[in-house]
Amino acid sequence: MPIHKVITDKPIIKVPGCPPIAEVMTGVITYMLAFGELPELDRQGRPKMFYGQRLHDKCYRRPHFDAGQFVERFDDEGARKGYCLYKVGCKGPTTYNACSTVEWNGGLSWPVKSGHGCLGCAEDNFWDKGSFYSAVTNFGVMGGVEANADKVGKVLAGAAAVGVAAHAVASVIAKGKKSKSAEEVSNG
Amino acid sequence: MASVTTPNGFELDDSGQRVVVDPICRIEGHLRIEVNVDENNVIRNAVSTGNMWRGLEVILKGRDPRDAWAFTERICGVCTGVHALISCRAVEDALDIDIPANANSIRNLMMLAQYTQDHLVHFYHLHALDWVDVVSALSADPVATSQLQQSISSWPKSSPAYFRDVQNKIKRFVESGQLGPFANAYWGSPAYKLPAEANLMAVTHYLEALEIVKIHTIFGGRNPHPNWLVGGMPCSINVNETGAVGAINMAWLNQVSDIINNAITFIDQVYIPDLTAIASFYKDWGFGGGLSSKNVMSYGEFPAIPNNYTNESWMLPNGAILNGDLGTVYDVDPRDPEQIQEFVEHSWYTYPDEAAGLHPWDGVTEPNFQLGPNAKGTKTNIEAIDEGAKYSWLKAPRWRGNAMEVGPLARYLVAYARGHEEVRAQVDGLLAALDLPVTALFSTLGRTAARGLECSFTAHKMREVFDGMMANLKTGDTATANMQKWEPATWPADTKGVGFGEAPRGALGHWVHIQDGKLANYQAIVPTTWNASPRDPKGNIGAYEAALLGTPMADPSQPLEILRTIHSFDPCLACASHVMSPDGQELATVKIR
Repeated sequence: MPIHKVITDKPIIKVPGCPPIAEVMTGVITYMLAFGELPELDRQGRPKMFYGQRLHDKCYRRPHFDAGQFVERFDDEGARKGYCLYKVGCKGPTTYNACSTVEWNGGLSWPVKSGHGCLGCAEDNFWDKGSFYSAVTNFGVMGGVEANADKVGKVLAGAAAVGVAAHAVASVIAKGKKSKSAEEVSNG
Repeated sequence: MASVTTPNGFELDDSGQRVVVDPICRIEGHLRIEVNVDENNVIRNAVSTGNMWRGLEVILKGRDPRDAWAFTERICGVCTGVHALISCRAVEDALDIDIPANANSIRNLMMLAQYTQDHLVHFYHLHALDWVDVVSALSADPVATSQLQQSISSWPKSSPAYFRDVQNKIKRFVESGQLGPFANAYWGSPAYKLPAEANLMAVTHYLEALEIVKIHTIFGGRNPHPNWLVGGMPCSINVNETGAVGAINMAWLNQVSDIINNAITFIDQVYIPDLTAIASFYKDWGFGGGLSSKNVMSYGEFPAIPNNYTNESWMLPNGAILNGDLGTVYDVDPRDPEQIQEFVEHSWYTYPDEAAGLHPWDGVTEPNFQLGPNAKGTKTNIEAIDEGAKYSWLKAPRWRGNAMEVGPLARYLVAYARGHEEVRAQVDGLLAALDLPVTALFSTLGRTAARGLECSFTAHKMREVFDGMMANLKTGDTATANMQKWEPATWPADTKGVGFGEAPRGALGHWVHIQDGKLANYQAIVPTTWNASPRDPKGNIGAYEAALLGTPMADPSQPLEILRTIHSFDPCLACASHVMSPDGQELATVKIR
């Protein structure tokens, strides 16, 4: 039972995560103390300042995603080089949280940085969206642009030159589409 | 009921005044304690009720076994990682997967770090305040405190100015009326025995918490709830090639090494001297032994040899002691249906035949919430439990039919009885320093002391394991995961497995049944199920109930003695507790940490 269905007569600020990042919790509370107002929220009631972007948007492994360099299996060559964890189930492309920027335990690391994909724990019903090790196929509001980018990655493995060109096109499409989708999220 | 004697040798008498402490919240559920005290306020009957249903077994059915660690890890946020590790062991056992040597070392480092952190946090943040009076520290002389500190340890933070600073900080807390984490204890109670200077010293160290869990963040990406992997660990190691910055590299290994060194220094120079100093003032408070002088059990933990979960490999051994006979230690096999069984006659569950116990592989988790005829109140507002009927959400696990105490004291007694040299040296050293006999271990204080000794043991073992891993890396072996049986297509159609080991709080087992690539059944018996167990069909009482019997209470409306003993088992208590008289009237409200 989500909290907004229990408490209906007060503003609810959701700071999701299992658990949420400590600095995010204190950041939200001290924002209210410092500025005397509620933080701006997204349509799920999460503060935009920390939940406005996907982990994927600010992931330091994003260049490997864009270049089609993926971990195919845990502890393979790609894993030892810090490639993208998308194919071993990382939910970063569909998870809105601050892990990839604020990081954990005083900014020391976060799941992707230590070699495991994001479980998506800041998203609704993240337990019931299939195995943590299944690659994300349903990009929902994001319009499937990244799913195409993944196919680009597969092409890259076989034909690098073609891949780079295709990637450049995909990135342009991704940019336009993403900013529109982000607007839809915040207005919706 | 007049007086009765339980089969495991305890006298119960429920004729006196009933005192209810509820809820004693814990991370993985809630705990309620009811006791009857006689005319001298001595506890003569004790009832331990787990009053929340975990239900995780039901949630896991039908899921991918490789995901199970992430669900079970969230049984508890303090014992974080422990369930994940045991879950990985269970699935690896079922699927016959061997993990690489480095994965074993990293798992050991994370588990050892968990012990070290858990024991430190327990002592300074949860349990010390049962012994240490924060407010009394205000009247301490910082110069005398400094002398006391320097007399027991070479810890550098020991100047009078340093202690005066801390004292001023506490003073501001108290004057503001906001005691924060120190609010709502029984400050000034005659049950506190430390001089003001020892209080100030211990409170100071309370404020110097360590960050050992950063080892979890480095290898597992976060704490709480770091990441694990069936088949090994997800953190690849790369020390000398392109891309090393994206893996476990020398910079991070150095950081782990530093964290280990800092932990060893703090424990040996602060924790152990504090513990010894506090214990020396409470030597005559020998209550709370309960089951510890009779039946204790350990599954064993920290495999020195990868994939070997036997006494050939365990750094702290497996074993069971019955009836206090330290001369005979039995092997414990969690696979054996004759050894581990759970009963539900006094639990809010249904079995086809409740006189019989079930091994976890055959375990059933069918809720059946009903109060006994002698209970007071309603199902949603219980005023008094009827322990003659069903009275807890915990099942009653038994080893060969016996209620067992588990945890640091149990592990140390098993290790001591097995002739474990390092443990013997530690235990004999502490007993000699305090001038106490071995039997003094069978107490609340013994439990607290064993935890401290074990914390030192685990911190030093981290150094050994880390050095061992570096030696292995030097051979060129950097593997951290075995992915040969990652795909469900490689699994048998029907298989069972057990993962077992020791959480900081005691014996922990997960039993899995995998059918067609999915979890057909999942059962976990956690340490608190052993310790906080309700009665079984024969009437044997569990460790919490046994430990409270015979304890005199200075004032039943201030149940400091109950908290002290229950805390010594390390439940994670974090929320308000209410003390009620038999008619349901609230006597006092306390906060329990």
